[in-house]
This record gives sequence, C-alpha cells and structure tokens, in this order.
Amino acid sequence: MRRYLRLAALLSAPLLWLVVAYLGSLAVLLVSAFWTVNGFTGGVVREFSLANFRTILTEEVYRNVTLRSVGVAASVTVICVVLAVPMAYFMAKVASRRSRPWLVIAILTPLWASYLVKAYAWRVLLAPGGPLESLFGVTAGYGLPATVLVLAYMWLPYMILPIHAGLERLPDSLLEASADLGARAGRTFRAVVLPIIVPSIFAGSIFTFSLSLGDYITVQIVGGKTQLIGNLVYANIGAANNLPFAAAIACIPVLIMVIYLVAVRRSGALEEL
Amino acid sequence: MRTRWMTAALAAGVLTLAACGGGGDDTSGGSGPGGLELPKIDKLASVGAGEGVVNIVSWAGYVEDGTTDKAVDWVTGFEKETGCQVNNKVAGTSDEMVTLMKTGEYDLVSASGDASLRLIYGGDVAPVNTDLIANYRDVFDGLKNKQWNAVDGQPYGVPHGRGANLLMYRTDTVTPAPTSWSAVFDPASPHKGKITAYDSPIYIADAAVYLMATKPDLGITNPYALDDTQFQAAVDLLKQQNELIGEYWSDYTKEVQAFKAGNSVLGTTWQVIANLSKADGAPVEAILPTEGATGWSDTWMIGAKAAHPNCAYLWMNHIISPEANAGVAEWFGEAPANKLACAVTVAKDHCATFHADDEAYFGKVWYWTTPLARCVDGRTDVTCKDYSAWTQAWTTIKG
Repeated sequence: MRRYLRLAALLSAPLLWLVVAYLGSLAVLLVSAFWTVNGFTGGVVREFSLANFRTILTEEVYRNVTLRSVGVAASVTVICVVLAVPMAYFMAKVASRRSRPWLVIAILTPLWASYLVKAYAWRVLLAPGGPLESLFGVTAGYGLPATVLVLAYMWLPYMILPIHAGLERLPDSLLEASADLGARAGRTFRAVVLPIIVPSIFAGSIFTFSLSLGDYITVQIVGGKTQLIGNLVYANIGAANNLPFAAAIACIPVLIMVIYLVAVRRSGALEEL
Repeated sequence: MRTRWMTAALAAGVLTLAACGGGGDDTSGGSGPGGLELPKIDKLASVGAGEGVVNIVSWAGYVEDGTTDKAVDWVTGFEKETGCQVNNKVAGTSDEMVTLMKTGEYDLVSASGDASLRLIYGGDVAPVNTDLIANYRDVFDGLKNKQWNAVDGQPYGVPHGRGANLLMYRTDTVTPAPTSWSAVFDPASPHKGKITAYDSPIYIADAAVYLMATKPDLGITNPYALDDTQFQAAVDLLKQQNELIGEYWSDYTKEVQAFKAGNSVLGTTWQVIANLSKADGAPVEAILPTEGATGWSDTWMIGAKAAHPNCAYLWMNHIISPEANAGVAEWFGEAPANKLACAVTVAKDHCATFHADDEAYFGKVWYWTTPLARCVDGRTDVTCKDYSAWTQAWTTIKG
C-alpha cells in the first residue's frame, strides 16, 4: 500500500503536466477549431460550426499548402538521412577513440547558437550577389529550395545523434565477421549495418519531419513568398485575428504527425527515442 | 487497457472545456454595420494627474524618442513635462493593431480607417471627450467627425494625419522611372522576382484602385466596396502579380533591408520607409502614381480598458500639438492634422507638398476602410465582400 502511495506521489506531478498542460492545450485547440470569428469586430463566436473545416477542405490553396509542407518535411528528412548516415558512421566506427567525444561536441555546437541568428545568416549567404554567389557563381535565391536547404542544416544534428547512438550499440565484431565471410563494404552496409540502424533513422526522422512541418520562421526569412502550414497559422492569429481558423489549420499537422507516428511505431523506432 | 484510459481522460478534458466555452455571447442585432450594437462606454469627465506610464500601439515612425535619429524626438519632452513614461509597440498591419488592442494591455492606438470602426464596434476603444484636448480645435475641419473616427457625432479619437501609399523603386535598376501602378502589375515586367507588395488583405484595394483606372467597365467606384465580379477581378490581378513578387512585406525593417540589398527593386511603400532607405544609402525614390492610391487617415484612440487614461489624454493632446504633429508629419511623410503645424515644419513647403488642406487631392486617395457586406459606396442592390472574405482571399492569392 505504501509503495503505491509513493508511486502516486512521484508520478502525480508529471501526470498532471501531461493531462492538464499538454493534452489540455490540445483539447482547447480542437474545441476552438469549431468556433468562428465575427468578420467585423474580430470577436470569437462560441457556437459549434464546421465552417472552418469546410473552408479548409474545399479551398484548393489549403490542399496545396499542406502538400507543399509535407513535401518540404519529407525532402528535409531525406537530405538529413543522406548526410547523417555517413557522418554518424565515421563518428562511431572510423574515427579514433580519442576524437569521438570531440566530434559529438562539434555536431552539437550549432545547437548552441540561436535559431534566428542561423536563419538570418543564411539569408545573407543566399542573397543575390551574396557570399554563395560570389564563391560558386550561383545561389538558390529565396524560395522553396532555400527553405529546404536551411531547414536541413538546422535539423541535421537531430538526425545524426540517434543514428550515432544506434551505431555505437553495433558491436565491431559483427562488421569483422561480415568481412571474414567475404562481404565487401557495400554488402556489409546493406546486410548488417542498415537493418540495425533503420529504427534509429526513423527515430531521427520524427524530429526532422515534425520540426520541419511546423516551421514558419525559416520560411519567412529565406522562403521568399512561400507559404507553409505554419505561416497560415501565424497569419490567421497575427494578421487576421482568426484564432478558431488558425486552430482548424493547426489540426492538419497534428493529424499528419499522428499518422506518421503510427506508421513509424511499426518499425520499432519509438524504442530508439 | 492503457489506451482506453487515455481516451477517456482526453474525452473528459474535451467535455469540460466544451462546457466552459458553452456560455457564448448573445448575438442580438443592432443598428451598426453588420447589425452590431454600439457598445456603451463612458468617456472621461476630467483629466487628472498622470499615472506615470502610458502604453501605446502605433505605426512605425509615429512615436520617436530620438533612438532612430537623434534629431527626431517628440517623446522625451512629453515624458519630462508630464511624468508619463511612454512604452511603444510598433505594429505592422491594422489587423495586428486590432489584435493588440483586444488584449486590453494598451492605452492608446494610432488606428487607421480599416481598424477604427472594428475597434469601436468591438468595444475595444472608448469615446473621447474632445473638450479635454485643447489642441483639438486647431485640427482641420476636413478631418473631424468622419465616418472612420466618429459615430453619430461622437468622436472616438483625435485625427493624427493622412497620406497616400506610394510606389517606391530603385533608381539604379528601374529605368525609366515608373509613373503608374502598371509597373507592379505588368506580367511582362523586366523586374520579375524583385517586386514587392504589402502583406495584408487590405492590399486587395490597391489592385482595385488600379482596376478603377484601367478597367472602367467593371464599374468600381470605391476600392473597398467590391461585389463578386469586381472582387474576382482584383483577386485575379493579384494572383497574376504573385508570379512577379519576390517577397511580400509587412515588417518595415524587412522592406528597408530588401531595397538596400536589391532583393526588391519596385513596390508599394510608405514615405517613412523611403526616408529610412535613403538614410541607409539605398538609391530609392517614391512617387504617387497617376491612378491615385490607397492611403490612410489615422486617429489616436483610447482603449476601453485603459489603465492610464490621464496619461493617454495628455498624449493625445501632445501628439496633435503643432510642434509634435509637425515632427511626425515630416518624419513619416504625411499631411499633419493640426493646421498650426504647417507654420512650424522644418521644410516650409511641407504642407503644400503633402496637400495638407487640399481636399481635392485627397479625393484621389482612398483611405483604408473596413470592407463590409453592406457596400460602403452606398449600393444596395448587391452584397459586397466583407473583410473576412478579403482575409481568406489573401491566403489564396499568395498560393
């Protein structure tokens, strides 16, 4: 009996946080999505209405923006995987034992700098006639490619770290055994390394995908006139003062992430987090 | 088992909140636009001693204390004289101003015509007792008791000044110099990708002003009163313009930076942005195109729940005093509201340049006004698109 009391005391604070602050805010979001706003005064009309969802489903622009946002999140994730796997492999297996902690620190350092500073730094880098253009003769300019590029840069550490952790658990003896049996590097990677780190990749992709899906600042700074889901939410709260409609739009990424998490769960990636 | 428990908890949370939110406001019809009742809010009877602080929401350049430019300061003197410390929050769009005033944390707002009525009928601002504002009698009569700053003869604020939205271009890349808004709407523009536009639904009116001049058969008589066909034409024009746009702007610092770096070379602007860009060394010029333009006539309004009403009244009297009003008018690039301000401007011809008392000129400038379903141009045989339709269309235009 006392054991249960102690357990309850220990868990009540985090449970309260989870239910009240976390699920509670989600519930508020869901409820207010069914309200509307008086078009003239901007006051919230607290009557049940499906108008917001009808607009989102029938207006083509919301479908386009959703597809664009998912496309950006998917591209960012793919770029991060392609860059992170070799980097993580080098850090975990190739680099000398002494240099490994330093490499991890090097990967983490960009996370210490402010998000805004990094985004504005890229705005300067990408500017027409800016450093990138004078160095390579070409720049992505401001737009969708620039958004993908900068987001991939921002979230790369979140992909490297789980893959690195997964590779560290991979015993070197497995790689040696594979080599002894005559497999070349490529075969070893496909048959031994990849199956073991797939859950880690999925774990990393949850970060990169969800962070990209909700982003609205990077795209404002380097995205030119591009709109993503986050911009629509921001514009409806800030400029249009239409909180219910913003809540309805915000349900889109929530829904996408739920589908994504359910899909990822089947790969066992949630145990890797 | 575990998931069922979670679902139950979630459902309980939703039900509780739904119950809390259920006691909605009554929506009885009234006499105002959109069937709204004018909220009854008392005006101040007398001005007492200042409360020590006043919180302001304003347009960029309206509240300058010398930090932007040492010579530009009409706040420090006011603070010393009244003991009211001025806290200023700059807003980029009228929508942002309405949102900020709804928080009830601000005492004053410099509202344009597309915000003022929304604030009045939303119960966010209080009527103003103009007897308590000595400088009010020197305000141009052409600005007093207008439909955007008064209801039934009761003023809801003091007029601040007026002006037009301009067309700005970089003199080194845009040649010959543009004279018409067609420069930003021409699909074959050589400046594709470097054109900018104001990021707010109210910009739809700019397209309507252009259509008034170029497509007279649409029959637009007021850019804020657009029926279905007229609205569709404006939206189509803006969708076509979207191909030319590099970036939209609502943050004035972003536009200054974009014109300085050359990311934007042509687009709509305010005089103050042109001034700041020039001060920053960007080779820009701003003109009023031949078609006329949208513009603003601003009003200082006091919050209905203002915590510092005495300081707010002192500020309203101060900001339309000849000296302060002249200072703002010259810095922002607009016509002052106080007729005595014309005598104390640094540039002696300022009032002539900005047509301070030229009502014929301002006939060509379409002050920002909130679009309503009941057409603001007086037509009764059609329904016009209201502001929420404008907001939704703006998202569609940006794609």
